[in-house]
Amino acid sequence: METTNLSRRSAVAATMIGLTGMAGLVRAQSGPIRIGSTLALTGPLSATAQIHKLVGDIYVEQANQHGGWLGRKLEWVVKDDQSKPDLARTLYEQLVTADKVDLLLGPYATGAILSAMGVAQRYGKVLVHHTLGVPSLAKYELQFPAWSLGSDPATTVPNTLFDALAAGPKPPKTVAVVTSKFPSIQFMSAGAREVMKKRGLTEVLFLEWEFGNRDFGPIANRVKDAKPDFVWVGAIGLDGNLLLDAMKKIDYVPPQHFYLYPAPGPLVSLPEAKNALSVTIFEEQPPFTSNKGAAEFIKLYHERATKAGLADPSVETQAAASYTAWQILEAGVTATKGLDDKAIGAWLKANRVDTLQGKLRFNGTGNFGDDLMRIKQVQDGKWVVVWPKDVTSSGAKLLAP
Amino acid sequence: MSGFSLPSATLLAQSILSGLFVGALYGLMGLGLSLSWGLLRLINLAHFAFAFLAAYLCYQLAGQGMDPLLTLVVLVPAFFALGALLQALVARFAITPFNSLLLTFGLTGIVEAVIQTIWTADFRKLESTYAHLKFKVGVLFVPVPELITFVLAVALSFAVWAVLRYTDLGKALRAAAEDATIAAAFGVNQKRNALLLAGTCSALAAVAGVCLALSFTLAPSQIYAWVGVVFAAVMLGGLGRALGPLIAGSLIGVSEAVTMAVTAPSWAPIVSFTLLIVILVFRPGRVVP
Repeated sequence: METTNLSRRSAVAATMIGLTGMAGLVRAQSGPIRIGSTLALTGPLSATAQIHKLVGDIYVEQANQHGGWLGRKLEWVVKDDQSKPDLARTLYEQLVTADKVDLLLGPYATGAILSAMGVAQRYGKVLVHHTLGVPSLAKYELQFPAWSLGSDPATTVPNTLFDALAAGPKPPKTVAVVTSKFPSIQFMSAGAREVMKKRGLTEVLFLEWEFGNRDFGPIANRVKDAKPDFVWVGAIGLDGNLLLDAMKKIDYVPPQHFYLYPAPGPLVSLPEAKNALSVTIFEEQPPFTSNKGAAEFIKLYHERATKAGLADPSVETQAAASYTAWQILEAGVTATKGLDDKAIGAWLKANRVDTLQGKLRFNGTGNFGDDLMRIKQVQDGKWVVVWPKDVTSSGAKLLAP
Repeated sequence: MSGFSLPSATLLAQSILSGLFVGALYGLMGLGLSLSWGLLRLINLAHFAFAFLAAYLCYQLAGQGMDPLLTLVVLVPAFFALGALLQALVARFAITPFNSLLLTFGLTGIVEAVIQTIWTADFRKLESTYAHLKFKVGVLFVPVPELITFVLAVALSFAVWAVLRYTDLGKALRAAAEDATIAAAFGVNQKRNALLLAGTCSALAAVAGVCLALSFTLAPSQIYAWVGVVFAAVMLGGLGRALGPLIAGSLIGVSEAVTMAVTAPSWAPIVSFTLLIVILVFRPGRVVP
């Protein structure tokens, strides 16, 4: 009897648990898909991270207007990592264990991405990230880059640049390399030096400065003294503006000049940046504007960025990489019709994804695909893509003074 | 190419000038901090936040057509009041020097958040007619915004030095810092003097902020980029000494600039902070007599 009673109780309990579980399952499948990430909403990286916040908000809103993914609305759980990679690690841990998000998306920038990657690896989660600057550090098999700089950008990007210069009106013979020691910059500048050597160019000056350097006067003086045909500036953020300001103060105009990762808005608006070169994966001009989702996104981004008071409301590398990250994740989810990280990862490795940057692949070293970095130049106060020829518009060409 | 190389005389002279200018800004930012620390025993980390808040306000007012230097007419009294208010709070709650560090660190975070809310985290650059002005002395180029900073730093440092040395107020302030009880016995109104001094320190931060806006691009997170080097200038110059931060700041600025001219720019912080350690070892407490 006791046994029977126990069995009855057990059966009732099991039924209750089962029903509760079913209800939970039904709720989980009909509730929103929760995507977790952190961003540097405060701290030294916040100026750029706010672009990613704006893009994420736009994307989620757009997706939800179209019914979300797999018929479920999206909910973006975004936390402020305060520009601290160690905090990003803790917050990603929270997102997985406490917030129990369904999917992860990368933070900004390289340091925080690497932190998030460690957590994603521990829990076997897919991590699509926007702007990892050092591909060789991406060791996790389920991480996917949205910034198409290829697996060896230290070689391919300088080669693209020097190809552009060689085809331009004044191919340089002597080069000054001045660079920040910021990790994702330094290795690119080192790569540029190697590429220069192989191409027979003469290095007349090489200088490095610590990230956060305030006084660019002596550096400008040394560039002027070296009299190079071309200046490679391993710039991040405002370095380029500060160096050009310092050059202006000593009446020096660099003949041809390149800035690696400048803050996009401030440099183009500087009169001294005339003919300055840089790299890009996306600009608001044909043929980029024909890529998937570009036209609508550009319009929305302009509106929101202007409303948010951003100095530059145009879509360029950061915003494009950010939007691409969402597109990649969406492609994985919709193609596999589920939220299983392993299935999403396997599909992404095996297929190309149509994005704002074009069709991307993830089957190269470290899941990186092609190097889609293009060369752009400040012409008439605007960035214009000038190389390679197949992505220029209206016959734009590299100019030299 | 990155090793030691002999620079040309022009390069060296231009670099020294550049170092002198940036050093003057270190000195100007350090002046209020040094006075507050040395005479009020208030380690005011919010001094940097106040300087940046003033820089942003200068940027805002200049954007509405006001001459950047004229903004001082508004900013100096406003920041004087802000500094006096902070001092009144510190005195009311009898905050110790160590706790003042924590309090003002928190205040810095609040000011940074306010700046970010109003002006966003994006970079801001003041566009003024001064930015394009420069002249030539021999082979040297002299940029006007930096020259303005230098002149203000020297003038204010000497003015504060003269007040501390020759006026009753200055003597009372120094006496109170030396021995508050004895100073009170001699009838020194410490509460009023402290409010005056705290207000002056914040007003000096406002002047430094305007100079920052004239020469540098602004971002909220840049507040912290100045803390290390300005603290070094204050400690080298001696706490509560008016001329100390200017002299020490110039020394640091020039040593950094010469290092950048002669060898790798990345060595500049190493050289300046090594200089700080060496001087503190051989002349502990201060570099200025």
